[in-house]
Amino acid sequence: MSELKAGSNLEKVLRAGHFAFTGECGPPQGANVEHLIEKGNHLKGVVDAVNVTDNQTAVVRMSSWAASLILLEHGIEPNFQMVCRDRNRLAIQSDILGAYSMGLRNMLCLSGDHQSFGNHPESKNVYDIDSMQLIHTVKTMRDEGKFLNGSDVDVAPKFFIGAASNPFAEPFDFRVYRLAKKIDAGADFVQTQCIYNMDKFREFMKRAVDMGLHEKCYILAGVTPMKSVGMALYMSKQVPGMDVPESLIKRLRGAGKGKVAEEGIKFALEQIEEFKEMEGVAGVHLMAIEWEHKVPEIAERAGVLPRPVV
Amino acid sequence: MDDFKPQIVAFCCSNCASSAAKVSHGMKKALPDNIKLIQVPCTGRIETLHLLKPFEEGADGVYVAGCQEDSCQYISGITKAAKRVKQVKDILEGLGIEPERIDVFQMSAGKGQEFVEVANRMVDTVKGLGPVPTA
Amino acid sequence: MIVAESKPIKELLEMVKDFKKILVVGCKGCVTVCNVGGAKEVGILASSLRIHGRKEGRDVVVGEHTLERQCDPEYIDELEEIVGDYDAVISIACGVGPQFLSERYPEKKVFPGVNTKFMGGAVEHGVWAERCAGCGTCAIHLFGGLCPIARCSKSLLNGPCGGSSHGKCEISKDVDCIWDMIVNKMTEQGRLSELLEFRPPKSWTTARDGGPRKMIREELVK
Repeated sequence: MSELKAGSNLEKVLRAGHFAFTGECGPPQGANVEHLIEKGNHLKGVVDAVNVTDNQTAVVRMSSWAASLILLEHGIEPNFQMVCRDRNRLAIQSDILGAYSMGLRNMLCLSGDHQSFGNHPESKNVYDIDSMQLIHTVKTMRDEGKFLNGSDVDVAPKFFIGAASNPFAEPFDFRVYRLAKKIDAGADFVQTQCIYNMDKFREFMKRAVDMGLHEKCYILAGVTPMKSVGMALYMSKQVPGMDVPESLIKRLRGAGKGKVAEEGIKFALEQIEEFKEMEGVAGVHLMAIEWEHKVPEIAERAGVLPRPVV
Repeated sequence: MDDFKPQIVAFCCSNCASSAAKVSHGMKKALPDNIKLIQVPCTGRIETLHLLKPFEEGADGVYVAGCQEDSCQYISGITKAAKRVKQVKDILEGLGIEPERIDVFQMSAGKGQEFVEVANRMVDTVKGLGPVPTA
Repeated sequence: MIVAESKPIKELLEMVKDFKKILVVGCKGCVTVCNVGGAKEVGILASSLRIHGRKEGRDVVVGEHTLERQCDPEYIDELEEIVGDYDAVISIACGVGPQFLSERYPEKKVFPGVNTKFMGGAVEHGVWAERCAGCGTCAIHLFGGLCPIARCSKSLLNGPCGGSSHGKCEISKDVDCIWDMIVNKMTEQGRLSELLEFRPPKSWTTARDGGPRKMIREELVK
């Protein structure tokens, strides 16, 4: 086995061939450390790494690196997220160094939602570099020990590099090529957008496998259990790039009063079962939005516990 | 390359360079016959395109002969011409053609000798470069 | 006007190296005024391409055409009869031109012949300077008629930064400190107190940050 790129728990789990299971935790809209720890504790030991979002949906929250460190101190491996919306290349590179120096080992590189979606729509956006370039920057700093300007990094930051992929955005045919491009740029693992349209995802994965992408990069399928019909409708209508089939909304509606959430979890469990067998899928990324306390139960029922110790 | 006879186009100011030409004629100083003279009222009105066109038509060299900077009747004619020659030098360089194929010379009205010398110098320069390659 | 500069001829030669029939299209709007994309410059570029073709022994045909404006579909229609004879089109209008041409003639390969720089004006013959950043909510009246968004390197709204020195910006001695000028002007006009007012963060929603912009004038829409 070749040397590990960063040596994070997530990398080791994937490298050992286990079916990975990652979770997500949004930092508080304030300095509420206690609440962050509480949310993190629901995920402790239940997932291999926890994504810590970076001003998700362009809403101001505690900085992702700080929240990541707090989780790390409490024995939870973070997957530090960084978006290109809020930082120029100087801040990006210095935060990469800072985050690594403080012990973070996974980093997910994203463009970030446009600020018009968030709570500061008046703000300027940066997008000095894009997510593809961010992936390449982290890889170049890690593998070549060079900054973007070509000068030397004094002790290179070794991150296990993550990227996102949305198989449901358009143009559909281009999506798999964009994934390939991210892998070429340096992505070690990929977490997909929440999947609801299984037919489309199967087709996407078939194409990815045909191109051999699953052999170059670990692909984790994104799952978000639906809590309510309202959430399904919101996801389908308001969230860009989300594909919620009518059949799923119908199924949730049919579950009857008080049973919709359970039906949502059942659908998620069915998905996870299928992903375990699906060629090219290396794990599941469970984004239980403001539902962290449900994750242990979902993990248990999905049969992914206990998590491997590597 | 000894038999190479460069085709050269000279834009001459009618006030100074052309009078110099006349003087040179009076002095029986022969101008090389491969130089095509174009008389202009003032070199300041020579456009960049005028300087490029000869090259398009197959010229091997182009030069502008105008007044001394302090004797232009229209004050800044030769200064403008010199800037355009510089612009064409840059274009030629970009096209992979020697910028020395275009130049600007300043002279006074009575200097017939100088007029011929300039012509000969330009011929020598372009001869040294050879024809503009046509692959 | 929109101010542009010619792309280096080498870059253009590389762009169109595989084409033998090239149409150079100019624009009589802003780029004519800033001497970069009008009929004159079309002639210079076309001539340069021909000289190069001759030098390389390539049989290059270069057409020349200058449109009234490239940012109005009605003028672009004029190329319909001509464009078919060419493989490549070089537009030397601002960045709007090549895009309108690409949209109108989707089968043509369109290349930009200039780099579009900024919105500005001629401060002296042959010198243009930036004046407007197109932020979408003009506030120059608050700053003595001078725009700190376009003309301050940091787009500061509450006065000069610590880098202002002898009326120049910290980034270069060639760049005026607009805040120095604003302060002087407001002082001369006896309006200094207006500059003491705190200017809150600006909304950039009307600027490019808010996404690509569009303007609809209902009374004009057919």
